[in-house]
Amino acid sequence: MASTFTRMIAGRYPAALLASLGAGTVAGGLLLSDSALFAEGKRSLYPPSADFPDLRKHSNCMAAALTPAIYARLRDQVTPQNWTLDQCIQTGVDNPGHPFIKTVGAVAGDEETYEVFAELFDPIIKDRHNGYDPRTMKHPTDLDASKITNGVFDEKYVLSSRVRTGRSIRGLSLPPACSRSERREVERVVVTALAGLKGELAGRYYGLGDMSDKEQQQLIDDHFLFDKPVSPLLTCAFMARDWPDARGIWHNHEKNFLIWVNEEDHTRVISMEKGGNMKRVFERFCTGLKQVEQLIHERGWEFMWNERLGYILTCPSNLGTGLRAGVHVRLPILSKDTRFSKILENLRLQKRGTGGVDTAATGDTFDISNNDRLGKSEVELVQQLVDGVNYLIDCEKKLEKGQEIKVPFPVAQFKKY
Amino acid sequence: MPFGNTHNEMKLKYASAKEYPDLSKHNNHMAKIITPAIYELLRKRQTPSGFTLDDVIQTGIDNPGHPFIMTVGCVAGDEETYEVFKELLDPVIQDRHGGYKPTDKHKTDLDPAHLKGGDDLDPNYVLSSRVRTGRSVRGFCLPPHCSRGERRAVETLSIEALDTLSGDLKGTYYALKNMSDAEQQQLIDDHFLFDKPVSPLLLASGMARDWPDGRGIWHNVNKTFLVWVNEEDHLRVISMQQGGNMKEVFNRFCTGLTKIEKLFKERKHEFMWNEHLGYVLTCPSNLGTGLRAGVHVKLPNVSKNAKFEEILKKLRLQKRGTGGVDTAAVGGTFDISNADRLGFSEVELVQMVVDGVKLLVEMEKKLEKGQPIDAMIPAQK
Repeated sequence: MASTFTRMIAGRYPAALLASLGAGTVAGGLLLSDSALFAEGKRSLYPPSADFPDLRKHSNCMAAALTPAIYARLRDQVTPQNWTLDQCIQTGVDNPGHPFIKTVGAVAGDEETYEVFAELFDPIIKDRHNGYDPRTMKHPTDLDASKITNGVFDEKYVLSSRVRTGRSIRGLSLPPACSRSERREVERVVVTALAGLKGELAGRYYGLGDMSDKEQQQLIDDHFLFDKPVSPLLTCAFMARDWPDARGIWHNHEKNFLIWVNEEDHTRVISMEKGGNMKRVFERFCTGLKQVEQLIHERGWEFMWNERLGYILTCPSNLGTGLRAGVHVRLPILSKDTRFSKILENLRLQKRGTGGVDTAATGDTFDISNNDRLGKSEVELVQQLVDGVNYLIDCEKKLEKGQEIKVPFPVAQFKKY
Repeated sequence: MPFGNTHNEMKLKYASAKEYPDLSKHNNHMAKIITPAIYELLRKRQTPSGFTLDDVIQTGIDNPGHPFIMTVGCVAGDEETYEVFKELLDPVIQDRHGGYKPTDKHKTDLDPAHLKGGDDLDPNYVLSSRVRTGRSVRGFCLPPHCSRGERRAVETLSIEALDTLSGDLKGTYYALKNMSDAEQQQLIDDHFLFDKPVSPLLLASGMARDWPDGRGIWHNVNKTFLVWVNEEDHLRVISMQQGGNMKEVFNRFCTGLTKIEKLFKERKHEFMWNEHLGYVLTCPSNLGTGLRAGVHVKLPNVSKNAKFEEILKKLRLQKRGTGGVDTAAVGGTFDISNADRLGFSEVELVQMVVDGVKLLVEMEKKLEKGQPIDAMIPAQK
């Protein structure tokens, strides 16, 4: 397909295209109508088949879902903010595959992306989220932490506990697409709201561009500071533009509730502590989230949410709850057992290195967290994590004593709502 | 991004002051020149293919400054960028190219017979000689902005043209995405292979999109004439060899370029060129000739001399590490090349390198013998 059109190009004199628009128009730039005409001309010169990406060496969800037919139908569509399909998939074209995880390979530029480009995003969501079908299913939201049972772990094994999620401010474009003013507006809205938090949650904001060396060092020592993204998964999705403008970190004085502003999402909300009290971590998480939501409502803003996809975030992998609840846990014997991966799989848990998503585990300490994000509520996922980690610790203890362990039955998939 | 950037329409809803970038920590040409007034004037415009002001300056916003060179901080997405955004780009060009005015005319001279000498640089000091330039194919968007279809079209055209070269220039094209491991290793060993850009200067401008689609390297059998396709420019044309015979390198360079231009014209394509800016390339720093003629030369003594920088400046030369633009020099061996690109012809620039390197080598020899070089310091060229 590509070769026929290139023979077409080779035979033409492309300047004729420009000339047809009138020689005098170039100097002052073109009016919208002229440039729309030019774009139309370019589109007929380069049909979608000419632009279809070469995905033969790719193994991400986007590459599995995108067909020439889908591309042809969607290439020339735009969201209300004029965000395009090519912009959504650029990160997946540029990053064929990741050694540790099957990556998604597409990002949203705004809330409407998931509608306008549903023909691509729906199959990606199904693939990534265990068959969840946004056309027919509903996602449950439940932030009632009192429902969690057995949520305090043995600290001989669990070194720290953490829950994170993201929230997007409705009406403003997401990090791949946002302009500088939009990003600054997100910062303003969030920081103003956070200033209203009180008591255990009262805290302070540190803008990345304004912090003193001393403040920066303290944040590094606390393991709070996020750096300019170097992962190509993020940089190819245009999320590092204008760094560090309007990026920052807010944390409470107790240093157990933390919000990242304008990193990979509008906000990332994190509750964390040393030790194994996941229940308390989740309680603070829910309380904090609800209070922040209340504070932005008071000013006329809301979070992006709908009943098909739950909370809307930049990466399709974080739709639904956007929740990753995890522990740093020592499993020196179990981790060397050949059944370790299968046990994790059946418990619907994921292992990472203690440096985050792009790292490998070193030694015996793992970051263990829930695999799923969409189709189950926050309470269900945290309970699943709690039950799973308790099971892993139980296995480790058994193996210490030379006792037998069992691979558990797989955890049930979606309930009907 | 290609096919019109109506994303710009959304930004126009916000006041210019709210969109204006924070350049308080920046040190590049764009940051020096741009003002809120210029930003407000130019943000409403776009080129016919939809390239906007923010597209032009994004790399300069994301890269506040480079430790070794004052970077430009803007790129063109198409030929018209230089017209549509002239209120920004003319002063940037003037700043970067030694006062080159919007009314100045640039002369092109690719006649190698005009070069005097250059065949006798001392190979005990001059390890290799190289001349490179870039060419853009008129009618296609440039690497920051082109679509995959356009990039592939440039590649196809280039392969067709290069395949017809004959004699000393006959060669083969190696597409980056199809290369075998053996071919790749050979190209690395020959120092020909360009890799996916890692320099943030290039990444922030969108030039690495879709890598390695549409990219490749062509070289002749003798490995002395080389063309990069779709790296930082549509074409980068390089003539190089071991030793100090810059004249031979420049001969081959001119012959090859002239032939390639003719082959493109036969296929109804021209190179982007005009009499004010000369050859039009992605980075404003490469306008005019786009030419960098340089040598790898051993100057362990001269380089330690307190007057080294001053001498280079007077000779209109620039030093780099032997690994290219983003590297530092190692062990007294430098990459020395012309600092200018625009406002001088190709012949004039290569002449400056030839004469300047000759002088530097003589100075090196004097310093080796413990003799002073003060009397040799030249007047400003």
